[in-house]
Amino acid sequence: MHELSIALGILDVAIEEAERLGPASVLAVHLRLGPLSGVVKESLLAAYELAREGTPLEKAALVIEEVPVQVLCSACGVERAVLSIQQLYCPECGSPPARIDGGRELEVVALEMEP
Amino acid sequence: MNPPTRLVEVRQKVLKQNDLVARTLRERFHAAGVYVVSLVSSPGAGKTRFLELVLSLLRDRYRTAALVGDLATDNDAERLARTQVPVKQITTGTVCHLEADAVAKALEGWRLEELDFLFIENVGNLVCPSSYDLGEDMRLVLFSVTEGEDKPLKYPTIFNTADVAIITKMDLAKAAEFDREAAWRNIQAVRPGMPVLELSAKTGEGVEAFLQLLDSRRSATRRGS
Repeated sequence: MHELSIALGILDVAIEEAERLGPASVLAVHLRLGPLSGVVKESLLAAYELAREGTPLEKAALVIEEVPVQVLCSACGVERAVLSIQQLYCPECGSPPARIDGGRELEVVALEMEP
Repeated sequence: MNPPTRLVEVRQKVLKQNDLVARTLRERFHAAGVYVVSLVSSPGAGKTRFLELVLSLLRDRYRTAALVGDLATDNDAERLARTQVPVKQITTGTVCHLEADAVAKALEGWRLEELDFLFIENVGNLVCPSSYDLGEDMRLVLFSVTEGEDKPLKYPTIFNTADVAIITKMDLAKAAEFDREAAWRNIQAVRPGMPVLELSAKTGEGVEAFLQLLDSRRSATRRGS
């Protein structure tokens, strides 16, 4: 369970950016999360609820966009989304991937601000 | 009518601070010519026992040192210190994984250029360490025959971030009715192409193959730099 320290990291990034952007309130923090990041969405949302209290972002929601893992199939030469992270091979033909793209994302991509 | 809101692009990695420290560590390791191997596994998979054997075998040929992470106690450092290589314990308190700055701090006072290999034993945990780069050249994930062949499927993330899988306690394989083929298949499903070694630190079976792998990986890094 390291989601609390991840949540604190998200707040650090977002608060720093919000201060740089000047006086406006942050309504939401948008995060991209890959299934290979080692972070569980539900736990992160719960940890974020706790972590934001008493910070300048205590009213800001956390919006998580989950991004898929893609594999470039070594046989078909086509990039496809895998069925699950327990099956990191081509979902069509079962060949091993020539390349795995994405999946480790853990980044704050945007702040929703008002005004 | 709702007041207008705007979306401001940020694009910042949440773990950028750890990544930055890890990158600096990696540069230091390469400049000093030390090859760094980290170990992750669940508690009790045999990381320390494995490391005891490896350190004692490397001692005569290489200058080697180890860092070992645990929530509390320095029992593991005491065990490893018996191999007579320099060892330092990192106690993390309540933190369930090592982070790059804990490694950097533990290395203070050590002259990295006097080392050929550095081993970093992470806290026994198959979840949290996967998110944190420690600046290592190679990450080993260990799992023992008594843990079940489906361990890779249960913890795909840690297997995905590792470079080599080591199946430990092979001397117990028969008693545990370990299904070797299923274990290999599961590893390949979550981390296609990952090398797998089978080993018993008790009998020494398989350790020679690991030492060869270490040698070849280290020479490849040095040629590349």
